[in-house]
Amino acid sequence: MSQHAPVTPVSTYVNIFVALLVLTGLTYVVATFDFGLLNTPIALAVAILKAALVIVYFMGVRYNTPLTKVVVISGFCWLLIMFGLTLNDYLTRAWIGVAGR
Amino acid sequence: MSDVSQPRNSYLDAPYGLASWLLTKDHKRIAMLYLISITIFFAIGGLFAAGIRLELLTPQGDLWTSDLYNKLFTLHGVVMIFFFLVPSIPATLGNFLMPIMIGAKDLAFPRINLISWYLYIIGATVTLAAVFTGGLDTGWTFYTPYSSVSSQTAVTTAAIGVFITGFSSILTGLNFIVTTHRMRAPGMTWFRLPLFVWSNYATSLVMILGTPVIAITVLLVAAERALGLGFFDPARGGDPVLFQHLFWFYSHPAVYIMILPGMGVISELVAAMARKQVFGYSFVAFSSLAIAILGFLVWGHHLFVSSQSIYAGLVFSIITMLVAIPSAVKTFNWTATLYRGSISWQSPTWWVVGFMGLFTIGGLTGVFLGTLGLNIHLTDTYFVVAHFHYIMVGGAIMAYMGGLHFWWPKMTGRMFSDAGSKTSAVLVFVGFNLTFFPQFVLGFMGMPRRYHAYPDEWQVLNVLSSCGAGVLALGYALPLVYLTYSLFRGAAAPANPWGAKGLEWTIPSPPTTYNFEAEVRVDEPAYNYKSTREVHVG
Ligand SMILES: [Cu+2]
Repeated sequence: MSQHAPVTPVSTYVNIFVALLVLTGLTYVVATFDFGLLNTPIALAVAILKAALVIVYFMGVRYNTPLTKVVVISGFCWLLIMFGLTLNDYLTRAWIGVAGR
Repeated sequence: MSDVSQPRNSYLDAPYGLASWLLTKDHKRIAMLYLISITIFFAIGGLFAAGIRLELLTPQGDLWTSDLYNKLFTLHGVVMIFFFLVPSIPATLGNFLMPIMIGAKDLAFPRINLISWYLYIIGATVTLAAVFTGGLDTGWTFYTPYSSVSSQTAVTTAAIGVFITGFSSILTGLNFIVTTHRMRAPGMTWFRLPLFVWSNYATSLVMILGTPVIAITVLLVAAERALGLGFFDPARGGDPVLFQHLFWFYSHPAVYIMILPGMGVISELVAAMARKQVFGYSFVAFSSLAIAILGFLVWGHHLFVSSQSIYAGLVFSIITMLVAIPSAVKTFNWTATLYRGSISWQSPTWWVVGFMGLFTIGGLTGVFLGTLGLNIHLTDTYFVVAHFHYIMVGGAIMAYMGGLHFWWPKMTGRMFSDAGSKTSAVLVFVGFNLTFFPQFVLGFMGMPRRYHAYPDEWQVLNVLSSCGAGVLALGYALPLVYLTYSLFRGAAAPANPWGAKGLEWTIPSPPTTYNFEAEVRVDEPAYNYKSTREVHVG
C-alpha cells in the first residue's frame, strides 16, 4: 500500500481522461443495441466504472491515507443501505398478499 | 461589560465592532451568532405553534381558513426542525465547546465554520421568502405528489431554502469530525473524550451521511415542479413512495441529529451535578455510534401504511426495536450515575431530571409506534404528534436548555438567576406535559393530525393542550428575560461555578480568543471526580 506516493504524473490523468471518454462512447454505443433485461445493468456497470475511476484517481483516493479510504468505502456502503432497504420494499411487494389488492 | 474581575482580553471583548463579529473565525463567536439566530427562529416557530393551538381551542375550524391552518402547521414544522432543532445544540454549544473540550484553539476549519453560518442564514432567508410569497402547505414532510404537482404554495422556494441550509449542516458535521480526529491535545485519547464530544461526533457522521440525501430529494421535488421532470408523479412515470423512502432515509436519522447532542449534554450534566464518573463510560460512548448507525436502517417505519410491502414493514419494524437498546443503555447509565452521587440541586439538574422523564416517555411511545400492528391504528394521529414532541421538545430542547444554563457562565462570563432557571424548568415541564399528554389520549381515540376542526367530544382535551402551550410559552420566555438581564447585571462568573471537571472549566469565563494560554496536556480520564468529591460544597 503506497502511503505517500510522489505527485501523480500528468500522464496518469491523461490516461484516465481518455478512459472516461472511451467509456462515455461505450455508453452511447451500448444504448443503440437492445439487450432486453440487461439494458439497465449494463448502463449502470459502465457508469459505476467511470465513477470509480474518478474517485480513485482524480480524487486521489488511491494515494491517500487509510482513513480516507474508510470514509469513501463507508459512503459507498451507505448508498448500498439506501438502495438495499428501498429495494427490500419494491422487490417484495408481491410476497405477502393484502386483502383487496 | 465593565466588571473588573473579567479578563480584559476575553473573546467577547477583543476586537470590538459589528464587522469583527460578522467576519469572525472564532468558534465561540460563531456559536454566539448561531445562538442569536436559532433563538429568533425558535420564536418564529413558536408563533406558528401558537396559531395552531389557538385554532384548536374550538371544535369548529373558525379562527383561520383551512388553507392558512395548513400553512401554520407546515411552517411550524419546517422552521422548528430545519432552522432550530437541527442546528440547535451542535451549532451553539457544540461549536463553543468541541474545541475547548479536546484542548484545541479552534475547530479544524474556522473559515468553513463561518461559511456554515452564512449558508444557514441564506437558506433561512430563502425559506422565509417562501413564507411571504405564498407560504407552504405540504407539511414539513413535503410529501409527493401533492408537493410536486398540486400544491399552489411556494414549494420550490422553500425546497431551495432547505437545500441550502443542508450544506450548513454538512459543513458543521465535517468540521466536527476532522476536529475530533486531528485537533485533540496530547493525552486526550479517544476514551478520555467527554461524552459530549462522542455524541457530537456521532451526530456529525449522521449529518454528512444523511443530509446530502434530503438535499437532493427536495431538489428533485423542486425540479419536478419547476421543470416537469417525472420523479415522483405517477402520471409522468414517477413513484410517490420513492419520495418517502428518500425523505425518511434522512429524516429518521435526523431525529438523532436532534437528540444525540442532547444526550451528550445530559451525560455531561449528570456527571457534573452528581460529581461522579459517568457509569459505563465506554458503553455510553459506543451507544452514540450504535444509535447513529442503527438510525439509518429503520426509516421504513414511517411507511407502514404507504403501500410499502408488508415484508419490508416487518423488517423495518424489527430493526426499529433494536434502536431502543442503545437508547436504554444511555438512560440506565445516567440513572446509575445519579445513584449514590452527591447530587447538587442547582438549576441545571432540574432540566436534566425533566429530560430523563420526558425522553423516557417519548422513547417508549416510539416502541408503540414501531410495532407494525399498533402503528396502523395510530398512524397520522395525535399520538404520533405527542410522541415526537416528547422526544424533540421534552428531550432535545430540555437538554438544550439545561446545557445552555450549565455553560452560560462559561460562554458569557455572567451568572444568571438560579431561581429564574428553576422556575422556567418547572413551567416548561408542567406546560409541556399539559400540552402533549392529552394528545396521546386524543391520538389513541383517533383524532387525526393536521386538521383544524374536530368532533365536539374532543374539546376538553384540546383546550387543556392549548392552555398547556401557554404555560410552555411562558416557560421559554422567562429565560429570555433573566439571561438577557444577566448579560448586563449578572455577577461575574468564576472559572468553574459548578465545581465540574473538564477542560472548559480550567480556563477563564469567558475564555480568551485562543482558549488556552499554555500547551494543554491531559493525563486523567474524563469526569475524574474522585479527587474532588469531598472538597466541593454545593
Ligand atoms: Cu423514524
